Amino acid sequence: MSGPAAGTIAELAPARRRVAAGWLHGSAALRWGTLITIAVLWEVAARWSGNNGLVAPPTAILRALVTQILPDGQIRAALIVAVVEITAAYAIAVAGGFLIGVAVGWTRLGRNSLFPIVLFFYAIPQVAFLPLFVLGFGIGPAAKIAFGCSHGIFPVIVNTIAGMRNINPQYVSAARCMGISRAGIVRHVIFPHITGSFFAGLRLSMTMTMLGVILAELYVSTAGIGYFTRQFADTFDPAPLFALISVLTAIAIAMNAMVRLAERHWLRWKG
Amino acid sequence: MTETSRLWPCAIQGLIAAGGLLLWFVVTQSGEVSPLFLPAPDAVVNAWVALVRSDEFWPAVGVTLTTIAAAYILAAVAGLLTGWLITRSPLLTRAFEPLVSGIFAIPITLFFPLFILLFGIGQESKLAYGAVYGFFPVALNTIAGFAHVDRRLVDAARCMGLSRFGLFRHVLLPAASPVIFTGLRVGFFICFASVLGGEAIASAAGIGHNIALSAELFEPARMYAWIVCVVAAALVLTALVSTIERRFRDS
Repeated sequence: MSGPAAGTIAELAPARRRVAAGWLHGSAALRWGTLITIAVLWEVAARWSGNNGLVAPPTAILRALVTQILPDGQIRAALIVAVVEITAAYAIAVAGGFLIGVAVGWTRLGRNSLFPIVLFFYAIPQVAFLPLFVLGFGIGPAAKIAFGCSHGIFPVIVNTIAGMRNINPQYVSAARCMGISRAGIVRHVIFPHITGSFFAGLRLSMTMTMLGVILAELYVSTAGIGYFTRQFADTFDPAPLFALISVLTAIAIAMNAMVRLAERHWLRWKG
Repeated sequence: MTETSRLWPCAIQGLIAAGGLLLWFVVTQSGEVSPLFLPAPDAVVNAWVALVRSDEFWPAVGVTLTTIAAAYILAAVAGLLTGWLITRSPLLTRAFEPLVSGIFAIPITLFFPLFILLFGIGQESKLAYGAVYGFFPVALNTIAGFAHVDRRLVDAARCMGLSRFGLFRHVLLPAASPVIFTGLRVGFFICFASVLGGEAIASAAGIGHNIALSAELFEPARMYAWIVCVVAAALVLTALVSTIERRFRDS
Protein backbone atom coordinates (compact mmCIF):
# COMPACT_ATOMS: atom_id res chain seq x y z
CA MET A 1 0.00 0.00 0.00
CA SER A 2 1.05 3.57 0.11
CA GLY A 3 -1.03 5.23 -2.49
CA PRO A 4 -1.88 8.83 -1.99
CA ALA A 5 -1.44 8.06 1.54
CA ALA A 6 1.15 10.35 0.00
CA GLY A 7 0.49 13.87 1.07
CA THR A 8 -1.41 12.65 4.06
CA ILE A 9 1.17 11.65 6.62
CA ALA A 10 1.01 14.94 8.34
CA GLU A 11 -2.77 14.98 8.10
CA LEU A 12 -3.31 11.53 9.59
CA ALA A 13 -4.66 11.28 13.09
CA PRO A 14 -2.24 12.96 15.47
CA ALA A 15 -0.36 10.63 17.76
CA ARG A 16 -1.47 11.05 21.32
CA ARG A 17 1.03 11.77 24.00
CA ARG A 18 -0.98 11.15 27.05
CA VAL A 19 0.80 10.30 30.25
CA ALA A 20 -0.70 7.12 31.61
CA ALA A 21 -2.08 7.78 35.06
CA GLY A 22 -0.76 4.70 36.76
CA TRP A 23 -0.86 1.08 35.67
CA LEU A 24 -4.31 -0.28 34.90
CA HIS A 25 -6.08 2.94 35.54
CA GLY A 26 -9.52 3.57 34.02
CA SER A 27 -9.08 3.46 30.26
CA ALA A 28 -6.10 1.08 30.37
CA ALA A 29 -8.08 -1.33 32.55
CA LEU A 30 -10.97 -1.19 30.07
CA ARG A 31 -8.61 -1.82 27.15
CA TRP A 32 -6.82 -4.78 28.71
CA GLY A 33 -10.05 -6.13 30.13
CA THR A 34 -11.58 -6.16 26.66
CA LEU A 35 -8.52 -7.87 25.16
CA ILE A 36 -8.48 -10.53 27.87
CA THR A 37 -12.24 -11.10 27.48
CA ILE A 38 -11.76 -11.57 23.73
CA ALA A 39 -8.95 -14.07 24.37
CA VAL A 40 -11.10 -16.05 26.82
CA LEU A 41 -14.12 -16.05 24.47
CA TRP A 42 -11.83 -17.10 21.62
CA GLU A 43 -10.47 -19.97 23.74
CA VAL A 44 -13.95 -21.15 24.65
CA ALA A 45 -15.34 -20.82 21.12
CA ALA A 46 -12.35 -22.56 19.51
CA ARG A 47 -12.51 -25.46 21.99
CA TRP A 48 -16.25 -25.75 21.67
CA SER A 49 -16.11 -25.95 17.86
CA GLY A 50 -13.37 -28.59 18.05
CA ASN A 51 -10.41 -28.88 15.71
CA ASN A 52 -11.75 -27.51 12.42
CA GLY A 53 -8.36 -26.75 10.90
CA LEU A 54 -9.11 -23.03 10.77
CA VAL A 55 -8.90 -21.42 14.19
CA ALA A 56 -6.76 -22.57 17.09
CA PRO A 57 -7.45 -21.63 20.73
CA PRO A 58 -4.87 -19.28 22.31
CA THR A 59 -3.51 -22.01 24.58
CA ALA A 60 -2.84 -24.27 21.58
CA ILE A 61 -1.11 -21.37 19.86
CA LEU A 62 1.11 -20.87 22.92
CA ARG A 63 1.91 -24.58 22.97
CA ALA A 64 2.76 -24.52 19.27
CA LEU A 65 4.94 -21.48 19.87
CA VAL A 66 6.99 -23.23 22.55
CA THR A 67 7.11 -26.73 21.06
CA GLN A 68 7.07 -26.12 17.28
CA ILE A 69 8.10 -22.61 16.29
CA LEU A 70 10.84 -21.55 18.69
CA PRO A 71 12.77 -24.88 18.76
CA ASP A 72 12.77 -25.10 14.94
CA GLY A 73 16.19 -23.92 13.73
CA GLN A 74 14.98 -23.24 10.21
CA ILE A 75 12.09 -21.05 11.35
CA ARG A 76 14.40 -19.22 13.77
CA ALA A 77 16.82 -18.60 10.91
CA ALA A 78 14.00 -17.31 8.69
CA LEU A 79 12.86 -14.93 11.44
CA ILE A 80 16.39 -13.62 11.98
CA VAL A 81 16.80 -13.10 8.24
CA ALA A 82 13.54 -11.11 8.22
CA VAL A 83 14.74 -8.89 11.08
CA VAL A 84 18.04 -8.29 9.25
CA GLU A 85 16.16 -7.48 6.05
CA ILE A 86 13.88 -4.98 7.82
CA THR A 87 16.84 -3.34 9.56
CA ALA A 88 18.91 -3.05 6.38
CA ALA A 89 15.97 -1.79 4.31
CA TYR A 90 15.08 0.75 7.01
CA ALA A 91 18.66 2.03 7.30
CA ILE A 92 18.89 2.53 3.53
CA ALA A 93 15.42 4.11 3.38
CA VAL A 94 16.16 6.60 6.17
CA ALA A 95 19.63 7.60 4.94
CA GLY A 96 18.64 7.69 1.27
CA GLY A 97 15.30 9.37 1.93
CA PHE A 98 16.92 12.10 4.03
CA LEU A 99 19.61 12.80 1.39
CA ILE A 100 17.10 12.86 -1.48
CA GLY A 101 14.71 14.96 0.59
CA VAL A 102 17.37 17.54 1.43
CA ALA A 103 18.60 17.63 -2.18
CA VAL A 104 15.08 18.13 -3.57
CA GLY A 105 13.93 20.47 -0.82
CA TRP A 106 17.04 22.65 -0.87
CA THR A 107 15.75 25.12 -3.46
CA ARG A 108 12.28 26.28 -4.33
CA LEU A 109 12.85 25.22 -7.94
CA GLY A 110 13.75 21.73 -6.75
CA ARG A 111 10.63 21.54 -4.60
CA ASN A 112 8.33 22.81 -7.36
CA SER A 113 9.74 20.62 -10.12
CA LEU A 114 10.83 17.39 -8.39
CA PHE A 115 8.39 17.04 -5.47
CA PRO A 116 5.43 16.27 -7.82
CA ILE A 117 7.51 13.49 -9.35
CA VAL A 118 8.14 12.01 -5.90
CA LEU A 119 4.40 12.19 -5.15
CA PHE A 120 3.65 10.58 -8.51
CA PHE A 121 5.73 7.54 -7.61
CA TYR A 122 4.32 7.49 -4.09
CA ALA A 123 0.78 7.36 -5.54
CA ILE A 124 1.42 4.14 -7.45
CA PRO A 125 0.68 0.91 -5.56
CA GLN A 126 4.20 -0.48 -5.56
CA VAL A 127 2.98 -3.99 -5.06
CA ALA A 128 2.40 -4.02 -8.85
CA PHE A 129 6.20 -4.05 -9.21
CA LEU A 130 6.79 -6.84 -6.68
CA PRO A 131 7.38 -9.59 -9.30
CA LEU A 132 9.86 -7.25 -10.98
CA PHE A 133 11.92 -6.96 -7.80
CA VAL A 134 12.10 -10.74 -7.57
CA LEU A 135 13.08 -11.01 -11.26
CA GLY A 136 15.77 -8.38 -10.77
CA PHE A 137 17.16 -9.31 -7.35
CA GLY A 138 16.39 -13.02 -7.12
CA ILE A 139 14.51 -14.78 -4.34
CA GLY A 140 17.07 -14.01 -1.62
CA PRO A 141 17.25 -11.18 0.93
CA ALA A 142 18.30 -8.60 -1.73
CA ALA A 143 14.83 -8.48 -3.30
CA LYS A 144 13.16 -8.14 0.11
CA ILE A 145 15.53 -5.40 1.24
CA ALA A 146 15.03 -3.53 -2.04
CA PHE A 147 11.24 -3.87 -1.87
CA GLY A 148 11.10 -2.86 1.80
CA CYS A 149 13.33 0.11 1.03
CA SER A 150 11.17 1.19 -1.91
CA HIS A 151 8.21 1.33 0.48
CA GLY A 152 10.03 2.94 3.38
CA ILE A 153 11.91 5.63 1.51
CA PHE A 154 8.90 7.68 0.39
CA PRO A 155 7.57 8.76 3.79
CA VAL A 156 11.11 9.93 4.68
CA ILE A 157 11.54 11.92 1.44
CA VAL A 158 8.07 13.44 1.62
CA ASN A 159 8.33 14.44 5.27
CA THR A 160 11.86 15.81 4.89
CA ILE A 161 10.70 18.03 2.01
CA ALA A 162 7.52 19.00 3.85
CA GLY A 163 9.60 20.00 6.86
CA MET A 164 11.96 22.08 4.75
CA ARG A 165 9.15 23.98 3.06
CA ASN A 166 8.82 26.62 5.73
CA ILE A 167 12.38 27.11 6.90
CA ASN A 168 13.06 30.80 7.38
CA PRO A 169 15.58 31.62 4.60
CA GLN A 170 17.08 34.26 6.87
CA TYR A 171 18.38 31.55 9.19
CA VAL A 172 20.18 29.91 6.28
CA SER A 173 21.60 33.26 5.13
CA ALA A 174 22.66 34.13 8.66
CA ALA A 175 24.40 30.78 9.06
CA ARG A 176 26.09 31.26 5.72
CA CYS A 177 27.29 34.74 6.69
CA MET A 178 28.89 33.20 9.75
CA GLY A 179 30.88 30.99 7.40
CA ILE A 180 29.25 27.65 8.04
CA SER A 181 29.70 24.78 5.57
CA ARG A 182 26.87 23.15 3.63
CA ALA A 183 26.99 20.12 5.93
CA GLY A 184 26.91 22.54 8.86
CA ILE A 185 23.75 24.16 7.53
CA VAL A 186 22.10 20.75 7.24
CA ARG A 187 23.23 19.75 10.73
CA HIS A 188 22.57 22.96 12.65
CA VAL A 189 19.82 24.79 10.76
CA ILE A 190 17.79 22.39 8.63
CA PHE A 191 17.79 19.28 10.81
CA PRO A 192 16.61 20.94 14.05
CA HIS A 193 13.89 22.66 12.06
CA ILE A 194 12.47 19.55 10.39
CA THR A 195 12.74 17.08 13.31
CA GLY A 196 8.99 17.02 14.05
CA SER A 197 7.98 16.24 10.50
CA PHE A 198 11.04 14.02 9.97
CA PHE A 199 10.32 11.75 12.91
CA ALA A 200 6.67 11.44 11.90
CA GLY A 201 8.10 10.23 8.56
CA LEU A 202 10.44 7.81 10.34
CA ARG A 203 7.53 6.23 12.21
CA LEU A 204 5.47 5.73 9.07
CA SER A 205 8.58 4.60 7.22
CA MET A 206 9.13 1.76 9.71
CA THR A 207 5.58 0.47 9.19
CA MET A 208 5.97 0.75 5.42
CA THR A 209 9.40 -0.92 5.38
CA MET A 210 8.02 -3.86 7.37
CA LEU A 211 5.05 -3.99 5.00
CA GLY A 212 7.36 -4.17 1.97
CA VAL A 213 9.62 -6.83 3.46
CA ILE A 214 6.69 -8.96 4.63
CA LEU A 215 4.91 -8.64 1.25
CA ALA A 216 8.05 -9.85 -0.53
CA GLU A 217 8.59 -12.61 2.08
CA LEU A 218 5.04 -13.88 1.55
CA TYR A 219 5.29 -13.54 -2.24
CA VAL A 220 8.39 -15.76 -2.38
CA SER A 221 6.88 -18.95 -1.03
CA THR A 222 9.80 -21.24 -1.83
CA ALA A 223 11.95 -20.05 1.07
CA GLY A 224 11.87 -17.99 4.24
CA ILE A 225 8.74 -17.00 6.16
CA GLY A 226 6.53 -17.29 3.07
CA TYR A 227 7.47 -20.96 2.77
CA PHE A 228 6.40 -21.78 6.33
CA THR A 229 3.18 -19.75 6.29
CA ARG A 230 2.16 -21.41 3.04
CA GLN A 231 3.00 -24.83 4.40
CA PHE A 232 0.95 -24.34 7.57
CA ALA A 233 -1.95 -22.83 5.63
CA ASP A 234 -1.94 -25.59 3.00
CA THR A 235 -1.97 -28.33 5.63
CA PHE A 236 -4.70 -26.55 7.63
CA ASP A 237 -2.47 -26.43 10.69
CA PRO A 238 -3.66 -23.23 12.35
CA ALA A 239 -1.81 -23.37 15.70
CA PRO A 240 1.76 -23.03 14.35
CA LEU A 241 0.58 -20.52 11.73
CA PHE A 242 -0.99 -18.30 14.41
CA ALA A 243 2.13 -18.78 16.56
CA LEU A 244 4.52 -17.79 13.75
CA ILE A 245 2.43 -14.72 12.98
CA SER A 246 2.39 -13.82 16.69
CA VAL A 247 6.20 -13.86 16.73
CA LEU A 248 6.28 -11.60 13.66
CA THR A 249 3.74 -9.29 15.28
CA ALA A 250 5.91 -9.09 18.40
CA ILE A 251 8.90 -8.24 16.20
CA ALA A 252 6.88 -5.50 14.46
CA ILE A 253 5.76 -4.03 17.81
CA ALA A 254 9.36 -4.09 19.09
CA MET A 255 10.64 -2.34 15.96
CA ASN A 256 7.97 0.36 16.24
CA ALA A 257 8.86 0.81 19.91
CA MET A 258 12.54 1.30 19.04
CA VAL A 259 11.68 4.06 16.57
CA ARG A 260 9.58 5.77 19.25
CA LEU A 261 12.39 5.47 21.80
CA ALA A 262 14.81 7.01 19.30
CA GLU A 263 12.33 9.79 18.65
CA ARG A 264 11.95 10.50 22.37
CA HIS A 265 15.73 10.51 22.77
CA TRP A 266 16.40 12.88 19.86
CA LEU A 267 13.49 15.18 20.56
CA ARG A 268 14.06 15.54 24.30
CA TRP A 269 15.47 19.05 23.74
CA LYS A 270 12.05 20.09 22.50
CA GLY A 271 10.60 19.24 25.89
CA MET B 1 4.38 33.39 -8.75
CA THR B 2 5.72 34.83 -11.96
CA GLU B 3 5.35 33.20 -15.36
CA THR B 4 8.94 31.94 -15.48
CA SER B 5 8.79 30.36 -12.04
CA ARG B 6 5.84 28.30 -13.21
CA LEU B 7 7.49 27.44 -16.51
CA TRP B 8 10.74 26.03 -15.14
CA PRO B 9 9.27 23.21 -13.03
CA CYS B 10 7.16 22.05 -16.01
CA ALA B 11 10.19 22.15 -18.30
CA ILE B 12 12.26 20.15 -15.81
CA GLN B 13 9.47 17.58 -15.33
CA GLY B 14 9.09 17.23 -19.11
CA LEU B 15 12.85 16.80 -19.51
CA ILE B 16 12.96 14.10 -16.83
CA ALA B 17 10.04 12.20 -18.40
CA ALA B 18 11.61 12.44 -21.87
CA GLY B 19 15.01 11.45 -20.46
CA GLY B 20 13.48 8.42 -18.76
CA LEU B 21 11.80 7.28 -21.97
CA LEU B 22 14.98 7.83 -23.98
CA LEU B 23 16.99 5.89 -21.41
CA TRP B 24 14.48 3.04 -21.63
CA PHE B 25 14.93 2.94 -25.45
CA VAL B 26 18.72 3.15 -25.37
CA VAL B 27 19.14 0.58 -22.61
CA THR B 28 16.87 -1.99 -24.26
CA GLN B 29 18.42 -1.39 -27.70
CA SER B 30 21.95 -1.83 -26.40
CA GLY B 31 21.16 -5.28 -25.06
CA GLU B 32 22.85 -4.46 -21.74
CA VAL B 33 19.70 -5.32 -19.81
CA SER B 34 17.99 -8.67 -20.18
CA PRO B 35 14.66 -8.27 -22.02
CA LEU B 36 13.29 -10.60 -19.34
CA PHE B 37 13.72 -7.80 -16.83
CA LEU B 38 13.04 -4.79 -19.03
CA PRO B 39 11.47 -5.35 -22.46
CA ALA B 40 11.64 -2.65 -25.16
CA PRO B 41 8.97 0.08 -25.00
CA ASP B 42 7.40 -0.95 -28.32
CA ALA B 43 7.11 -4.55 -27.08
CA VAL B 44 5.22 -3.27 -24.04
CA VAL B 45 2.93 -1.13 -26.22
CA ASN B 46 2.17 -4.12 -28.46
CA ALA B 47 1.56 -6.36 -25.46
CA TRP B 48 -0.75 -3.74 -23.96
CA VAL B 49 -2.83 -3.48 -27.15
CA ALA B 50 -3.04 -7.28 -27.35
CA LEU B 51 -3.96 -7.45 -23.67
CA VAL B 52 -6.80 -4.92 -23.86
CA ARG B 53 -8.22 -6.72 -26.90
CA SER B 54 -8.01 -10.16 -25.31
CA ASP B 55 -10.98 -11.87 -23.70
CA GLU B 56 -9.37 -12.12 -20.29
CA PHE B 57 -8.71 -8.40 -19.77
CA TRP B 58 -12.12 -7.10 -18.74
CA PRO B 59 -13.06 -10.08 -16.57
CA ALA B 60 -9.81 -9.70 -14.61
CA VAL B 61 -10.33 -5.95 -14.24
CA GLY B 62 -13.93 -6.57 -13.22
CA VAL B 63 -12.99 -9.09 -10.55
CA THR B 64 -10.41 -6.76 -9.02
CA LEU B 65 -12.59 -3.64 -9.13
CA THR B 66 -15.58 -5.45 -7.60
CA THR B 67 -13.41 -6.78 -4.80
CA ILE B 68 -11.95 -3.33 -4.12
CA ALA B 69 -15.39 -1.72 -4.12
CA ALA B 70 -16.87 -4.30 -1.76
CA ALA B 71 -13.85 -4.17 0.56
CA TYR B 72 -13.95 -0.39 0.63
CA ILE B 73 -17.66 -0.17 1.38
CA LEU B 74 -17.22 -2.61 4.28
CA ALA B 75 -14.15 -0.75 5.55
CA ALA B 76 -15.78 2.67 5.31
CA VAL B 77 -19.07 1.70 6.97
CA ALA B 78 -17.40 -0.28 9.76
CA GLY B 79 -14.74 2.37 10.30
CA LEU B 80 -17.19 5.27 10.45
CA LEU B 81 -19.53 3.40 12.79
CA THR B 82 -16.73 2.25 15.10
CA GLY B 83 -15.19 5.69 15.20
CA TRP B 84 -18.53 7.33 15.94
CA LEU B 85 -19.45 4.84 18.68
CA ILE B 86 -16.06 5.01 20.39
CA THR B 87 -16.07 8.80 20.54
CA ARG B 88 -19.45 8.84 22.30
CA SER B 89 -17.55 8.49 25.55
CA PRO B 90 -14.16 9.99 26.49
CA LEU B 91 -13.37 6.82 28.46
CA LEU B 92 -13.96 4.62 25.41
CA THR B 93 -11.88 6.98 23.30
CA ARG B 94 -8.98 6.82 25.72
CA ALA B 95 -9.29 3.05 26.03
CA PHE B 96 -9.51 2.09 22.35
CA GLU B 97 -7.83 4.85 20.33
CA PRO B 98 -4.33 3.59 21.33
CA LEU B 99 -5.38 0.05 20.44
CA VAL B 100 -6.60 1.01 16.95
CA SER B 101 -3.54 3.16 16.22
CA GLY B 102 -1.22 0.50 17.66
CA ILE B 103 -2.63 -2.22 15.42
CA PHE B 104 -2.47 0.09 12.42
CA ALA B 105 1.28 0.57 13.03
CA ILE B 106 1.75 -3.18 12.51
CA PRO B 107 1.82 -4.19 8.85
CA ILE B 108 -1.48 -6.07 8.61
CA THR B 109 0.00 -8.01 5.69
CA LEU B 110 1.43 -10.22 8.44
CA PHE B 111 -2.06 -11.63 8.95
CA PHE B 112 -2.65 -12.29 5.27
CA PRO B 113 -1.91 -16.05 5.59
CA LEU B 114 -4.71 -16.22 8.16
CA PHE B 115 -7.13 -14.70 5.66
CA ILE B 116 -6.10 -17.36 3.14
CA LEU B 117 -6.59 -20.05 5.77
CA LEU B 118 -10.02 -18.78 6.82
CA PHE B 119 -11.47 -17.61 3.50
CA GLY B 120 -9.64 -19.71 0.93
CA ILE B 121 -7.75 -18.75 -2.20
CA GLY B 122 -10.72 -17.04 -3.88
CA GLN B 123 -11.63 -13.35 -3.88
CA GLU B 124 -13.30 -13.57 -0.44
CA SER B 125 -9.91 -13.60 1.27
CA LYS B 126 -8.77 -10.51 -0.67
CA LEU B 127 -12.07 -8.80 0.13
CA ALA B 128 -11.73 -9.48 3.85
CA TYR B 129 -8.05 -8.51 3.89
CA GLY B 130 -8.66 -5.24 2.02
CA ALA B 131 -11.64 -4.43 4.25
CA VAL B 132 -9.69 -5.04 7.46
CA TYR B 133 -6.69 -3.02 6.27
CA GLY B 134 -8.88 -0.15 5.05
CA PHE B 135 -10.92 -0.14 8.26
CA PHE B 136 -8.08 1.22 10.40
CA PRO B 137 -7.36 4.59 8.76
CA VAL B 138 -11.10 5.28 8.50
CA ALA B 139 -11.75 4.39 12.15
CA LEU B 140 -8.64 6.21 13.36
CA ASN B 141 -9.49 9.44 11.57
CA THR B 142 -13.15 9.27 12.53
CA ILE B 143 -12.04 9.01 16.16
CA ALA B 144 -9.57 11.88 15.69
CA GLY B 145 -12.22 13.97 13.94
CA PHE B 146 -14.97 13.59 16.51
CA ALA B 147 -12.73 13.51 19.59
CA HIS B 148 -11.14 16.88 18.85
CA VAL B 149 -14.26 18.95 18.25
CA ASP B 150 -13.96 22.12 20.31
CA ARG B 151 -15.97 21.61 23.54
CA ARG B 152 -17.00 25.27 23.52
CA LEU B 153 -18.74 24.85 20.16
CA VAL B 154 -20.69 21.88 21.50
CA ASP B 155 -21.63 23.70 24.71
CA ALA B 156 -22.66 26.83 22.81
CA ALA B 157 -24.88 24.81 20.48
CA ARG B 158 -26.45 23.01 23.46
CA CYS B 159 -27.15 26.34 25.19
CA MET B 160 -28.94 27.50 22.08
CA GLY B 161 -31.19 24.47 22.42
CA LEU B 162 -30.00 22.39 19.47
CA SER B 163 -31.38 18.86 19.35
CA ARG B 164 -29.07 15.83 19.37
CA PHE B 165 -29.45 15.43 15.64
CA GLY B 166 -29.01 19.17 15.09
CA LEU B 167 -25.84 19.04 17.12
CA PHE B 168 -24.54 16.21 14.97
CA ARG B 169 -25.62 17.78 11.69
CA HIS B 170 -24.55 21.37 12.29
CA VAL B 171 -21.64 21.15 14.73
CA LEU B 172 -19.97 17.75 15.03
CA LEU B 173 -20.06 16.71 11.39
CA PRO B 174 -18.73 19.97 9.86
CA ALA B 175 -15.97 20.14 12.47
CA ALA B 176 -14.90 16.53 12.00
CA SER B 177 -15.41 16.03 8.28
CA PRO B 178 -12.01 17.22 6.92
CA VAL B 179 -10.16 14.71 9.09
CA ILE B 180 -12.71 11.99 8.32
CA PHE B 181 -12.39 12.62 4.58
CA THR B 182 -8.63 12.17 4.85
CA GLY B 183 -9.25 8.83 6.55
CA LEU B 184 -11.73 7.79 3.86
CA ARG B 185 -9.21 8.70 1.14
CA VAL B 186 -6.27 6.92 2.78
CA GLY B 187 -8.52 3.93 3.45
CA PHE B 188 -9.54 3.77 -0.19
CA PHE B 189 -5.99 3.65 -1.49
CA ILE B 190 -5.03 1.12 1.16
CA CYS B 191 -7.95 -1.08 0.02
CA PHE B 192 -6.80 -0.67 -3.57
CA ALA B 193 -3.18 -1.62 -2.86
CA SER B 194 -3.97 -4.45 -0.45
CA VAL B 195 -6.44 -6.15 -2.80
CA LEU B 196 -3.81 -5.99 -5.57
CA GLY B 197 -1.14 -7.22 -3.17
CA GLY B 198 -3.29 -10.06 -1.91
CA GLU B 199 -3.99 -11.09 -5.49
CA ALA B 200 -0.27 -11.08 -6.30
CA ILE B 201 0.61 -13.22 -3.27
CA ALA B 202 -2.12 -15.84 -3.43
CA SER B 203 -5.18 -15.88 -5.65
CA ALA B 204 -6.75 -17.37 -8.74
CA ALA B 205 -8.02 -14.25 -10.51
CA GLY B 206 -7.72 -10.50 -10.84
CA ILE B 207 -5.10 -7.98 -11.92
CA GLY B 208 -2.57 -8.76 -9.20
CA HIS B 209 -2.81 -12.45 -10.01
CA ASN B 210 -2.17 -11.71 -13.69
CA ILE B 211 0.92 -9.61 -12.92
CA ALA B 212 2.39 -12.41 -10.82
CA LEU B 213 1.37 -15.04 -13.39
CA SER B 214 3.03 -13.15 -16.28
CA ALA B 215 6.21 -12.94 -14.21
CA GLU B 216 6.10 -16.67 -13.48
CA LEU B 217 5.55 -17.50 -17.15
CA PHE B 218 8.42 -15.17 -18.13
CA GLU B 219 6.21 -12.87 -20.21
CA PRO B 220 7.69 -9.54 -19.16
CA ALA B 221 6.01 -7.44 -21.89
CA ARG B 222 2.63 -8.67 -20.69
CA MET B 223 3.55 -8.04 -17.07
CA TYR B 224 4.54 -4.46 -17.92
CA ALA B 225 1.29 -4.04 -19.84
CA TRP B 226 -0.63 -4.95 -16.67
CA ILE B 227 1.58 -2.65 -14.58
CA VAL B 228 0.79 0.19 -17.00
CA CYS B 229 -2.91 -0.47 -16.34
CA VAL B 230 -2.36 -0.31 -12.56
CA VAL B 231 -0.37 2.92 -12.80
CA ALA B 232 -3.04 4.47 -15.03
CA ALA B 233 -5.80 3.32 -12.66
CA ALA B 234 -3.93 4.76 -9.66
CA LEU B 235 -3.55 8.15 -11.36
CA VAL B 236 -7.17 8.30 -12.50
CA LEU B 237 -8.41 7.32 -9.05
CA THR B 238 -6.15 9.86 -7.35
CA ALA B 239 -7.51 12.63 -9.56
CA LEU B 240 -11.08 11.42 -9.06
CA VAL B 241 -10.83 11.20 -5.29
CA SER B 242 -9.26 14.63 -4.90
CA THR B 243 -12.00 16.14 -7.11
CA ILE B 244 -14.70 14.54 -4.96
CA GLU B 245 -12.96 15.69 -1.80
CA ARG B 246 -12.64 19.27 -3.06
CA ARG B 247 -16.30 19.38 -4.03
CA PHE B 248 -17.36 18.19 -0.58
CA ARG B 249 -15.04 20.60 1.13
CA ASP B 250 -16.37 23.55 -0.85
CA SER B 251 -20.01 22.79 -0.21
